[in-house]
Amino acid sequence: MNGPHDLGGQMGFGPVAPEKNEPCFHAEWEKRALGITLSCGAFGAWTIDESRHARENIPPADYLSASYYEIWIRGVETLLTRHGFATREELLSGHKLQDGTAPKRVLKAEMVPAVLAEGGPCDRPVDGEPRFAVGERVRTRNFNPATHTRLPRYARAKAGVIEAVQGSFVFPDDNAHGKGENPQWLYTVVFDGGEIWGEGADPSLTVSIDAWENYLERA
Amino acid sequence: MHDDHSDDHDHNHDHDNHYSDMQARVKALETLLTEKGLIDPDAIDAIVETYETKVGPRNGAHVVAKAWSDPDFADWLRRDATAAISSLGYTGRQGEHMRAVFNTVDTHNLVVCTLCSCYPWSVLGLPPVWYKAPAYRSRAVIDPRGVLAEFGLTLPADKKIRVWDSTAELRYLVIPERPKGTECMDETALAGLVSRDAMIGTAVAGSPEALS
Repeated sequence: MNGPHDLGGQMGFGPVAPEKNEPCFHAEWEKRALGITLSCGAFGAWTIDESRHARENIPPADYLSASYYEIWIRGVETLLTRHGFATREELLSGHKLQDGTAPKRVLKAEMVPAVLAEGGPCDRPVDGEPRFAVGERVRTRNFNPATHTRLPRYARAKAGVIEAVQGSFVFPDDNAHGKGENPQWLYTVVFDGGEIWGEGADPSLTVSIDAWENYLERA
Repeated sequence: MHDDHSDDHDHNHDHDNHYSDMQARVKALETLLTEKGLIDPDAIDAIVETYETKVGPRNGAHVVAKAWSDPDFADWLRRDATAAISSLGYTGRQGEHMRAVFNTVDTHNLVVCTLCSCYPWSVLGLPPVWYKAPAYRSRAVIDPRGVLAEFGLTLPADKKIRVWDSTAELRYLVIPERPKGTECMDETALAGLVSRDAMIGTAVAGSPEALS
């Protein structure tokens, strides 16, 4: 979707403001927000792609004025209600009012080291060979789905070169919407700055994205 | 363990007004989920402790220092960064599929996630606020030199800039150029020259003179 998250090339946000000796967290609630988000992810009820899409659906004015952990909390609240773990009334009251969906697993403290060390690999085997080869010129598709995609707006309908075939991975555009993992070949595609930004582009710039096969056509 | 007295960190933040609201909102959410048996507050503590004390940029600095010291390891890192990095014990969440990109005399690498906040947690820990914020995510791909200047880094005009937008599940680690005058330094000392920002690409490795 063309949501507020798709920020590449937008203007007006001011300078980057690196903070010297930045702490790991800026408030206690950020720690809890991280832990709650990861713990709820461990239910096994939704995928990382669905959780990204839940964040992208935050209204633009709210998204752009929120800190990142606020975005996470808004996203996880959406997922908890969508999947029946909590109701809006419960979120507002902060207390249990009724039983909800039972999770596949509840993350206990003793499980944390193993779960974090394992992560969630997204590579999956596919039948067939990659359609594109290293060095081949391709063009990204021009589309504007209302659903989840990982092809940024700035990189749509642009000509680039396949730099690497990175393996085959879960296709987020389907997986975010419960349509299955439908893995596809994934490519690193590199673009000249001028192809993307046109007049006045930095001539020393190249930009790459990692693109699923479905995003690409022969140039 | 569940200390809510964090006001001293809140005052200088851009999102001042959100922070007190968020404290109440997150507290309510944690209480609700705990009452429903869906989360274990001790697991949250364990997650936080992991990223506060165990997983952070020291991991990545170790990878870089080894790459500088051991050509075989550097080759392995080029071919299969996931395996090379996991051989040092750094694996897991947001580091499942790693790629290492090497700065050279000709090219400087810069990593961003324009769509969210993808970041190699297993080697760098949790991302800094600026990495997740709109200013960096919007401009890194269109005006990287302007962004680098805000970090105090000015590259030669003829140096190419390669920006890696982390749009899939590959996570990128920049291997900075090894500074001059470090021939006699061992891995531990070399790791001390490698900042988090140098492994994102918003800085270069420190010089040995700066350390002394």
